[in-house]
Amino acid sequence: MHPAPSVIIFTTLSGLGFGLLFFLGLGLPNVSGWIALVFFVIAFALAIGGLLASTFHLGHPERAWKAFSQWKTSWLSREGWCAVTALLVMALYAFGVVFLDQRWRLIGWCGALASVLTVFTTSMIYTQLKTIPRWNMKLTPALFISFSLAGGALLAGQTAIAQPLLLIAALVQILYWHLGDKAFAKSKTNMGTATGLGADHTIRAFEPPHTGTNYLLREFVHVVGRKHAEKLRVISFVLAFALPIVLLVVPFHHAFALLAVLSHMGGVALSRWLFFAQAEHVVGLYYGKR
Amino acid sequence: MTQLPESTDRKMGLVIDLDTCVGCHACVISCKGWNTENYGAPLSDQDAYGGNPSGTFLNRVHSYEVQPAQGHAQLIHFPKSCLHCEDAPCVTVCPTGASYKRVEDGIVFVNESDCIGCGLCAWSCPYGAREMDMAEGVMKKCTLCVDRIYNENLPEVDRVPSCVRTCPAGARHFGDLGDPDSDVSKLVAERGGMDLMPEMGTKPVNKYLPPRPKDQIDDQIDILAPLLAPVAEDPKGFLAWLDKTLEKL
Amino acid sequence: MTVQQPDVDTSPKVSDEIRRTTCYMCACRCGINVHMKDGQVAYIEGNRDHPVNKGVLCAKGSAGIMQVNAPSRLRKPLRRVGPRGSGEFREIEWDEAISTAVGWLNELHETAPHKLAFFTGRDQSQSFTSFWAQNFGTPNYAAHGGFCSVNMAAGGIYTMGGAFWEFGQPDWDHTKLFMLFGVAEDHDSNPIKMGIGKIKARGARVIGVNPIRSGYNAVADDWVGITPGTDGLFILSLIHVLMKAGKIDLDYLARYTNAPVLVNAAEGPEKGLFLRDAAGKPLVIDRVTGKPAAFDKPGVRPDLTATYDKDGVIHRPVFHLMAEKYLADNHAPEKVAGRCGIPAQKIRAIATEIARVAFDEAIELDQEWTDFRGEKHSKMTGRPVSFHAMRGVSAHANGFQTCRALHVLQILLGTVEVPGGFRFKPPYPKPVEAHPTPHGDRRPGRPLEGPHLGFPRGPEDLLLNEDGTAQRIDKAFTWENPMSAHGLMHMVISNAAAGDPYKIDTLFMYMANMSWNSSMNTKGVMDMLTARNEDGKYVIPKIIYSDAYSSEMVAYADLILPDTTYLERHDCISLLDRPICEADAAADAIRWPVVEPDRDVRGFQSVLIQLANRMSLPGFTNEDGTPKWKDYADYIVNHERKPGIGPLAGFRGEDGTKEGRGAVNPDQLNRYIENGGFYVAHIPQGAEYYKPWNTAYQDWAVGMGLYDSPQPYLFQLYSEPMRKFQLAAEGHGPNQPPDHLRQRIKDAMDPLPIWYETDQQGNEGFTINALTQRPMAMYHSWGSQNAWLRQLHGRNPLYVPTKLMREHGLQDGDWAKVTSPHGEITVPVMEMAALNENTVWTWNAIGKRKGAWALQEDAPEATKGFLLNHLIHELLPPKGDGMRWANSDPITGQAAWFDLKVKIEKATPPADAESQPEFSPINSPVGTGPKDIAWKVSK
Repeated sequence: MHPAPSVIIFTTLSGLGFGLLFFLGLGLPNVSGWIALVFFVIAFALAIGGLLASTFHLGHPERAWKAFSQWKTSWLSREGWCAVTALLVMALYAFGVVFLDQRWRLIGWCGALASVLTVFTTSMIYTQLKTIPRWNMKLTPALFISFSLAGGALLAGQTAIAQPLLLIAALVQILYWHLGDKAFAKSKTNMGTATGLGADHTIRAFEPPHTGTNYLLREFVHVVGRKHAEKLRVISFVLAFALPIVLLVVPFHHAFALLAVLSHMGGVALSRWLFFAQAEHVVGLYYGKR
Repeated sequence: MTQLPESTDRKMGLVIDLDTCVGCHACVISCKGWNTENYGAPLSDQDAYGGNPSGTFLNRVHSYEVQPAQGHAQLIHFPKSCLHCEDAPCVTVCPTGASYKRVEDGIVFVNESDCIGCGLCAWSCPYGAREMDMAEGVMKKCTLCVDRIYNENLPEVDRVPSCVRTCPAGARHFGDLGDPDSDVSKLVAERGGMDLMPEMGTKPVNKYLPPRPKDQIDDQIDILAPLLAPVAEDPKGFLAWLDKTLEKL
Repeated sequence: MTVQQPDVDTSPKVSDEIRRTTCYMCACRCGINVHMKDGQVAYIEGNRDHPVNKGVLCAKGSAGIMQVNAPSRLRKPLRRVGPRGSGEFREIEWDEAISTAVGWLNELHETAPHKLAFFTGRDQSQSFTSFWAQNFGTPNYAAHGGFCSVNMAAGGIYTMGGAFWEFGQPDWDHTKLFMLFGVAEDHDSNPIKMGIGKIKARGARVIGVNPIRSGYNAVADDWVGITPGTDGLFILSLIHVLMKAGKIDLDYLARYTNAPVLVNAAEGPEKGLFLRDAAGKPLVIDRVTGKPAAFDKPGVRPDLTATYDKDGVIHRPVFHLMAEKYLADNHAPEKVAGRCGIPAQKIRAIATEIARVAFDEAIELDQEWTDFRGEKHSKMTGRPVSFHAMRGVSAHANGFQTCRALHVLQILLGTVEVPGGFRFKPPYPKPVEAHPTPHGDRRPGRPLEGPHLGFPRGPEDLLLNEDGTAQRIDKAFTWENPMSAHGLMHMVISNAAAGDPYKIDTLFMYMANMSWNSSMNTKGVMDMLTARNEDGKYVIPKIIYSDAYSSEMVAYADLILPDTTYLERHDCISLLDRPICEADAAADAIRWPVVEPDRDVRGFQSVLIQLANRMSLPGFTNEDGTPKWKDYADYIVNHERKPGIGPLAGFRGEDGTKEGRGAVNPDQLNRYIENGGFYVAHIPQGAEYYKPWNTAYQDWAVGMGLYDSPQPYLFQLYSEPMRKFQLAAEGHGPNQPPDHLRQRIKDAMDPLPIWYETDQQGNEGFTINALTQRPMAMYHSWGSQNAWLRQLHGRNPLYVPTKLMREHGLQDGDWAKVTSPHGEITVPVMEMAALNENTVWTWNAIGKRKGAWALQEDAPEATKGFLLNHLIHELLPPKGDGMRWANSDPITGQAAWFDLKVKIEKATPPADAESQPEFSPINSPVGTGPKDIAWKVSK
């Protein structure tokens, strides 16, 4: 899949933003007033910024409101509802915390739940796609949620929670890569089933339908060299998990915390780049490409 | 809207004969012509006269080289457009309801005025049947020429998709695949029509007729008939045979 | 479930109006419905009523809208200002353009008409352009047949009075086995696709004989991946097996072919000639009387075996000679298998299948008919095996004999003009005798005495001067290529540049991209077109070129006469020329301006009339000195070739009720337009088959004006005209070939089809066959300017068989240097397994020159695309005999494109990743096309 910056920014930032909102909704950190405001501003900026980024790839963003209509079937529509719900509920909650020094716990829990649901719905947009075996795994929501919560905990300054969550996310990431690499083969979709010409024959794509490129190839066929990908995985893993965990273990320093957050964000963004770039859409089979 | 109908009144679709398609691209360009001028936004072309031309097409013809375990390699031309699946994933993923499956004929359709151009339907389609138009920012796809097949301004015989009307080899057939007595359904039954990527569970309406077995002549002659036996070994004997035969004429 | 679906307008208005005309995106001439909206072309589809395409339309046809609006259209007459080849022009007015051309041409017309060489390329008005050239008085006229498929056309005419494509077609409705030789996607495309579709729908068998398994061969049930250039050998082996097994139609051979005709067997000047009666009719032995009789005598039963002793001279029937030749062991499958690359067993299996279908699955139609000997037949017997071939077998230096062999195979099986076999389309069948002989005299100020092109019957018909030099600039109809029935367009420029046989003054060309893909030795041709004498003047002093588009050739002309596109013009696809008939009907068609040009351009044929009028050319001028016609439309309606016979056969007579023959009808074009742009005259029942011998057909054809009198004839298994050339080479007769050509003529011009290895001079070390074909979406059409088509084929790799890929360590996308005895190219490669293991190929004419066709200079056609033409020379490598032998068929002069041999080696990718050789960009006289398009007429 084409690793479009808009979707990478979107999933990275909104994942962190809603992760932070989750913890804020649970009352972590237990702050109020201006300090709370700073946390909420960061959370909303990340979540809303991410959502805005996601509209950049729309052909008609002015019609985006129509996306709320199909919540019965469409995960994208559900995501819209969850995101708006989470943001509204958390805004109300934040208003209480920041300006009234009131902690409406039920509202906070509802906001936290909506936040994590938003991340879940986002993940389901990808998970539901049978066409992309690497995404079409139960582990995909786990990946998104574990990342979101780990990042949220980190941003929320919940060192004690962040450490185990980062560890869990790291394990999920490793497992995800491991299973993802086998997913296409496991899907049983190949040029034989794609063309129906499979039985007892080897099939090779000969002339493409057009000698130039097209939307499908630009959108769905992105080749990352295996060695290159492995290198990026290591970097991503170190940045997202290893370095932040180390920085959390060493004696606390604000600079270290900031570095841990930035490192984590960079690592997650890189992981997301790989999430897209390495995802192989079955349509590539028609072009003899994966 | 993006809920799939439980059933459709008819299952209109195409049957594509891989044994007959010569790969001439007539269907590709006819489709481009009709659908540029008719429903929705024109199918645009970017860098049309430049170094990297790329346009929106609703139908494209691939070609595959197939190597059987024994014998010569074969070349198969393979036209591909929307298969109008019964369980069309592109419909259910659509957040706005722009994509829907028509109850009356099963055509999977995009209402362009509702399309936000998110591209998710194209992501969900295993067949590459949907293409985003780069000029208009909406998703384009085969409509089975919905503005032809019922069009009262066209003579009845022309109320078929433009690709079918134009196909010189007659490799494309159009009809109701939900009706077991329709010509297309009979053709599918007779020739072993197949689904593409059945494992995807999309239940495509369009069917492909597989290429017939090729390069069988040597075997058939061996089994069914002996090779020709000479009537004589030399010209002289041949002329004697000839004289005898002519007598009988 | 109830859902609210949006309203979709399923009955939108399709168009304001449908204008029906004839396509010109290639040479097929299909009928098209042009849908108009707001006076603009909105959509093009096939015309269901049209005899050629019956509603279907290919990719090119549907893309016509992008051609009519192509940015590469020329806009105004141009006069060269920079050096030739630069593409620097100034726009001029038509008055100046016409005056300039008249200034150049008029003097030639009056003093030395042969100094005009007028050659038209993809011309569909040859009966008109040749008429113009005839009246100008130059012997130097032809169209592109000489470098295309003259072998097929001439081989067919000389053998059976017609060939494939325009001449005839398989009986698609009845045939049960269809065998296709060589690349054939290039002609008659939609009808053949429709035919293959019909056969396939019936589950009947298609056998493809072609080194490349693409296109039609991809759907063939059986593929024979033959070695290029050996088709004739394979066919003769089939003939060997079939004859030896007695699986030939003896009754048919006796009745309808010259198999029983008596041939002089005694040494001497008559050897090999037919025994004729006083009236010149070939004689056969009548089985009833045992005596010789004219072949067409009522009641005669020709004998295939009897010999005849006339005054001590033994005469043997042709069939004896055939038995001797084809039963010989050298034609046995086992002997030819290696050379053809086809296992002997497969050759035998195919022969067996052909025999089985022809004889065991014979069909009979309950249709009475009467043959030319007066015999009534109660049935029409069909042998449902049919064949087709086109450029593939033609474009070899042994192509003429190969085409003859294929026709002889059909005839031996009795499958020509019978149900299920091959059927002629009017005005064919038409024997050689009904065709003109060539004319090449030059008489300043006066017209030629007859048409330029024709079919020589013997050495006396060659176009040679007293001193033995050629009358024509292309040396057609000389001993080098005696039967060059379509001329040799590919030799014009090189001969003119060499001043051999003479210098010319003006080269006038139409729709012929000679400085690019229509020439062998492309770079050499560019050099010839720009070559200068010592005085600095061009060797070819003046070049006039007419094209509708900014092709590569434009840059090499001094004066450009911009043509219209096909939807902006009048044309007629005439029975006098190359019509659109079907086996069941005579038909012709027109084009008419369905849109008016939005540029200052004129239809080329109308410009020719304007030039003729300014020069008062005979034939174009009334006795009172006034012009006969003001433009082409006027000519189409009012010209009469013979009284009552004009360019269009339909709606003749003052009231438009006559067909074929009839007075001029001033309303004729309107009647054609109302009728869909064409006219069909159906062949009456009982006349549809056995046409050459069927009195019902012959009488109908006379009524239509196709013949002046019935022309029944025998198929010429044995070609007496060829024997006459052979006799001359043996030293007989007054017309003698130069000594250096004697042996070649003796060898090549065998009156019975033979196969010979083409001249391999200089090919040592070059062992790989290299071929080209055009993609179906582009053949006979320049698609690179078409925004839709160029996306399908914007660049071309060299397809290399798996074995050679491995041998040379190549992988898809690698580059290879391809070398021939003549040149080298460096190009990207791609593997193809379904390919003869010693053959490479590519799509032809995808490669374009930078600056042409209004494309941007980084267009893939100009950077990655390439031509194989750079590897092919119009002459064979020197033999050291002081002569340069043409790379063409020694009989017809057909360009031997497919004899190319190369070697390949892996190459490092060129630094700029562009195919080599590269040429400097030419200035585009029309700029470049727009960036993005979304072409919708209605808003």
